[in-house]
Amino acid sequence: MTKILDSKIPAGPVAEKWTNYKAHQRLVNPKNKLKLDVIVVGTGLAGASAAASLGEMGFNVYNFCIQDSPRRAHSIAAQGGINAAKNYQNDGDSVYRLFYDTVKGGDYRAREANVYRLAEVSNDIIDQCVAQGVPFAREYGGMLANRSFGGAQVSRTFYAKGQTGQQLLLGAYSSLSAQIQAGKVKLYTRYEMEDVVIVDGHARGIIAKNLVTGKLERFTANAVVIATGGYGNTYFLSTNAMGCNCTAAVQCYRKGAYMANPSYVQIHPTCIPVHGDKQSKLTLMSESLRNDGRIWVPKKLEDAKALQAGTKKGSDIPEEDRDYYLERRYPAFGNLVPRDVASRAAKERCDHGFGVNNTGLAVFLDFSESINRLGIDTILQRYGNLFDMYEEITDVNPGELANEINGVKYYNPMMIFPAIHYTMGGIWVDYELMTTVPGLFSIGECNFSDHGANRLGASALMQGLADGYFVLPYTIQNYLADQALWAKVPTDRPEFDEAEKAVSAEIDRLMSIHGKRSVDSIHKELGHIMWEYVGMGRTKEGLEEGLKQLKALREEFNTNLFIPGKKEGLNVELDKAIHLRDFILMGELVAYDALHREESCGGHFREEHQTEEGEAKRDDENFFYVGCWEYQGDDTKTPELIKEPLEYEAIKVQTRNYKN
Amino acid sequence: MAKNISFTIKYWKQNGPQDQGHFDTHEMKNIPDDTSFLEMLDILNEELIEAGDEPFVFDHDCREGICGMCSLYINGTPHGKTERGATTCQLYMRRFNDGDVITVEPWRSAGFPVIKDCMVDRTAFDKIIQAGGYTTIRTGQAQDANAILISKDNADEAMDCATCIGCGACVAACKNGSAMLFVSSKVSQLALLPQGKPEAAKRAKAMVAKMDEVGFGNCTNTRACEAVCPKNEKIANIARLNREFIKAKFAD
Repeated sequence: MTKILDSKIPAGPVAEKWTNYKAHQRLVNPKNKLKLDVIVVGTGLAGASAAASLGEMGFNVYNFCIQDSPRRAHSIAAQGGINAAKNYQNDGDSVYRLFYDTVKGGDYRAREANVYRLAEVSNDIIDQCVAQGVPFAREYGGMLANRSFGGAQVSRTFYAKGQTGQQLLLGAYSSLSAQIQAGKVKLYTRYEMEDVVIVDGHARGIIAKNLVTGKLERFTANAVVIATGGYGNTYFLSTNAMGCNCTAAVQCYRKGAYMANPSYVQIHPTCIPVHGDKQSKLTLMSESLRNDGRIWVPKKLEDAKALQAGTKKGSDIPEEDRDYYLERRYPAFGNLVPRDVASRAAKERCDHGFGVNNTGLAVFLDFSESINRLGIDTILQRYGNLFDMYEEITDVNPGELANEINGVKYYNPMMIFPAIHYTMGGIWVDYELMTTVPGLFSIGECNFSDHGANRLGASALMQGLADGYFVLPYTIQNYLADQALWAKVPTDRPEFDEAEKAVSAEIDRLMSIHGKRSVDSIHKELGHIMWEYVGMGRTKEGLEEGLKQLKALREEFNTNLFIPGKKEGLNVELDKAIHLRDFILMGELVAYDALHREESCGGHFREEHQTEEGEAKRDDENFFYVGCWEYQGDDTKTPELIKEPLEYEAIKVQTRNYKN
Repeated sequence: MAKNISFTIKYWKQNGPQDQGHFDTHEMKNIPDDTSFLEMLDILNEELIEAGDEPFVFDHDCREGICGMCSLYINGTPHGKTERGATTCQLYMRRFNDGDVITVEPWRSAGFPVIKDCMVDRTAFDKIIQAGGYTTIRTGQAQDANAILISKDNADEAMDCATCIGCGACVAACKNGSAMLFVSSKVSQLALLPQGKPEAAKRAKAMVAKMDEVGFGNCTNTRACEAVCPKNEKIANIARLNREFIKAKFAD
């Protein structure tokens, strides 16, 4: 192993690193900021907050999104909340505790220094959002309210009904809009980044496709920031929006950025189960429901069989015949164990035949106990919009009294099942959020940095906004302060010519395949392979089989794809085909990483590596590192593994325990 | 248990803003009624592509009712008819019957030119927000969040106003093509909160002026917008906007 990754972690105790860094980093003076251009791709929480903050500071920002408006980015769909170490509830929270919980929740596979910084700036985020007019939930005294989330024993989650992501994104969007009005940010909607342009080893521009005209356009800048989200849609069915894709990230990977820990994929325990083969996406039911909802399956196999056959309903089964398996297995955290643990526990029960719907792939989330204790009004106030959403989709109202057995009232339980939700892995970045390509930065879900092998609930919003408001706008200056970078690179340079020609040739290639299969039909097949072999429970044999099938699928894509219409003008199928090409490559990366990582940790579960009780078994001796993958010049070549060893100074690495 | 239904779909095809446009029809057979409306259109598109035709183009993204991207005018109602407010993506085929003719059109409004088929250009909404739909603060300068006390009632009401997803159903439903419900929801959210007060007058004037400039019509209180809003925004917001606007004008 000759390549050494320098994560540029500042010296000093973990609690002082960020302060030290800021005290000594290079800055760009206000006059010079006006001469510097930054491209920000993506307008979600990370992208919009970064673009707004950089514009405010004086940089000239070019901001791109694929939707018709920055406000549509998928951050908008985050339901539950955002964590911060305010300790407003006086329950013993602190920056250190948020840091500790996040590292532990990530199964000790995150970088300590990054996570500490995240916890440190978390409080500033709440202040910032409130000043923007984000209407967080409040108590009667006018103070901010909090709720609990998985993986924590304190209430540190700020929320705006079940629409926290929406409110935070609209906050960032409003700041972005102010900067657009001020002329500091130029916005390009319905544009998709197709390639990053590298000049003399530095990222100095992008090739973007105008999705309405179909034309390729060139943009130059002094630095490029990618904030394009995760790769969850590799699995076809996920809680991601239909447009979420990893093309920008994968293109950066092809140009020399490393993809780190791709096998760390989060499977969210509380989604509405799959109902048929025409389904296009899975809907999340917020984790906040686990505050008052109890998860169970029947104790008796015959009850499960009756539920599967439709001869019994959940509310027909009395208290004593219910197995609240999370409370049973994890008494200390109960229904609020981290997502990876809850998902695997659901799979374990269903694998043993206790699933509760016609496919046998669902468990119950029940509010009877809390409705009986707190009254239906309180529960509806907390979760009313989620109950409505559930009823709209399934035709079942979880707030409806369904049965009374021995004087106990039973309400309709929800049915839930795990689904692909978030990707902890992503583009490798150093402490400054810069990739292995100088001048190319990656923020938000798009990078790999803060969540280790599993992300805790309400931490994605925190990380996106931390990166965009408080981290990148500082660290990017340390790069931009180098005056040698200030010369504008004209877009008629050969590097731009070559990049545009390559994208154009690729589009011609896809258009000319003239096969028989639609993009979606191949994408669905990709999803099946990923879920079957690279999903919740992985094995060596399964992963090898998955890789074999992925190679065959690429061949099918390259020879049998059919894209109707022309490349000129708007062509939705062409754009989806480009995404699919990159999902296939990403799927292989997930599989390669999962195959090499001979341990179980967080969202990555290798069935060969578990304890007798079925818990994930880590191997710190051999796998205490970030697994980074380097492109070898061709999609069909096996990528090369490069390791960034993890070093823990503040936290003692131990087995995660949510039992006591 | 889901049952299957068969019906005729009549959908709008238009190749760019200058094209006249026309309806195409397609027979949909045996569609499970637990399919969502957009999944039904996915099936339509798969069938079109299989026949070598171009798919029917429409905007959609999150498919859980929050991004505001989906925007179909179904059987004469923006987002189609449901008992409680819902976006197109939250409409399920169980709302329809065997043998129905389902008509799908784009938002039709001078403020929203058609890009292709049922995909329209809603950047006019962004322009209105850019004119003043924010508080001017610099990143990192905010005081402690709990230093601003806001009564629960005000916070909850501001939240209700802030729930607007910017889909444009209000404009599509309005005979005048007015964007008043959209504009008033943002103005109301910020007018209800102390953080929004310093710029309240400027905001109301700037956003209303921009709304007129980008081609939206006036409000004549028909309440059509309120009836179709998937997030149940209330026309009380429009009354509040009018008050804010008059206050601002008097202060001039």
